Amino acid sequence: MSTKEVTAVNLVESGLDPVKAVYRKVIPAGDPWIHEIKRGQYFRIVDLHGNQAVDTLFYNAHDYSDRYSAQDTIQRQGNIYLTTGTQLVSTGGAVLLTIVADTCGRHDTLGGACANESNMVRYSIEKRHMHACRSSFLKAVTEWDHGMSKRDITSNINFFMNVPVTPEGKLTFEDGISDPGKYVEMRAEMDVLALISNCPQLNNPCNAYNPTPVEVLIWDAPQS
Amino acid sequence: MSETPILWDETIQPGATWSHVLKRGTALRVVDVEGGANVGAIFYNFECPVERFNMPDTLKAQHIARLTTGFVLYSDMGRILCSVTADTVGWHDPLGGTSNKELVEKKYGVSTYQESRNECHKNGRDSFLIELGKWGLGPRDLVANVNLFSRVSVADDGGMRFVPGNSKAGDSVELRAEMNVLAILNTCQHPLDPNPKYQPKPVQVEIRRVAAPGVDDPCRLSRPENGRGFTLTERYFL
Repeated sequence: MSTKEVTAVNLVESGLDPVKAVYRKVIPAGDPWIHEIKRGQYFRIVDLHGNQAVDTLFYNAHDYSDRYSAQDTIQRQGNIYLTTGTQLVSTGGAVLLTIVADTCGRHDTLGGACANESNMVRYSIEKRHMHACRSSFLKAVTEWDHGMSKRDITSNINFFMNVPVTPEGKLTFEDGISDPGKYVEMRAEMDVLALISNCPQLNNPCNAYNPTPVEVLIWDAPQS
Repeated sequence: MSETPILWDETIQPGATWSHVLKRGTALRVVDVEGGANVGAIFYNFECPVERFNMPDTLKAQHIARLTTGFVLYSDMGRILCSVTADTVGWHDPLGGTSNKELVEKKYGVSTYQESRNECHKNGRDSFLIELGKWGLGPRDLVANVNLFSRVSVADDGGMRFVPGNSKAGDSVELRAEMNVLAILNTCQHPLDPNPKYQPKPVQVEIRRVAAPGVDDPCRLSRPENGRGFTLTERYFL
């Protein structure tokens, strides 16, 4: 499983200069991050060391019950992979953000996020103790202290993760197609709340068995 | 198919909603009466509805992007809500999601109750929310759904294609409840159905008592993950 080949890649670079970002933060391996992104701002996630799954949810910042929907997103574009041009659609049908640059090529939104319980099913009942994304999500929304709970931990994007589906209806987890320094960049189409778990999974190749830090950057909307 | 007596059968009309708490030890059979039906469905642990169907966990535990006999529907807590114990169709869609008001108006035009009475156009999202509301649930509980009787195939480039003619008149699928499962259903058309006409189809639902899954149950044995899923589900009832 060393394939770096993907079909339908759509590589687009950004012209934004990291020096001019208004916010920069390195998210350590296994940590959560929660932050508001304003309409018009640009939001970039950088895979610093390569093949790191970044489990990400978005919410309408003014109504958390209206949140990112994997099914609405893939249905609207008629394609299961996320890349430049993809509109990230909410359960209410709104466009939360648009992917405007992507040097990885495609991202997954069917694989979900790991949990203590799903690890028990997938790998072994003895894996319950292992750190997992949905624990990070719960910790982050509890500390955010805006009334969010497990009810709000719904579908997510796995940036930099490669989960192909075959025409026969099989779903496979393949080695990542990302490399150090690859990034994805979005423009917020409304005020959104971003919730990330920098995935701690050690049981499958989604992080190349070695979770690593990622960087998030935010730029203000260009002045016109 | 289980052949124990039918305790309750009912028709879900085209474009209608339905819900019921499927008790552990019963099975729900859904029959496509005319062919070409679509049933949007979401499942919850009735005792704690914040535990609900998790599409990604279901797909990745079984390495599937379709549902048929031998596969199970996982909750987000590592437990099995229901098992597909029989199926004459071979493919039920977990990817395509549901329609909303904007999509239905764009595809089929506006059709209000005042004009059309109960033939007025329904959409999947509003249907789910209405039926969820009856159980005190709402938009925060609206998660990814499955579409019984529909097939969406995915090409190598990720393109999704609705496959017409997937289900014929008389086809059926049987879901055995492994917990006390709140089932929220509607018969709205699949959102990717290219049929230009508003043409939802009726289905028949049947409830039976069925035997508990034994040690040799095909769903339990279909994958080692499912063996652990059944163990975790059985522990919940200890």
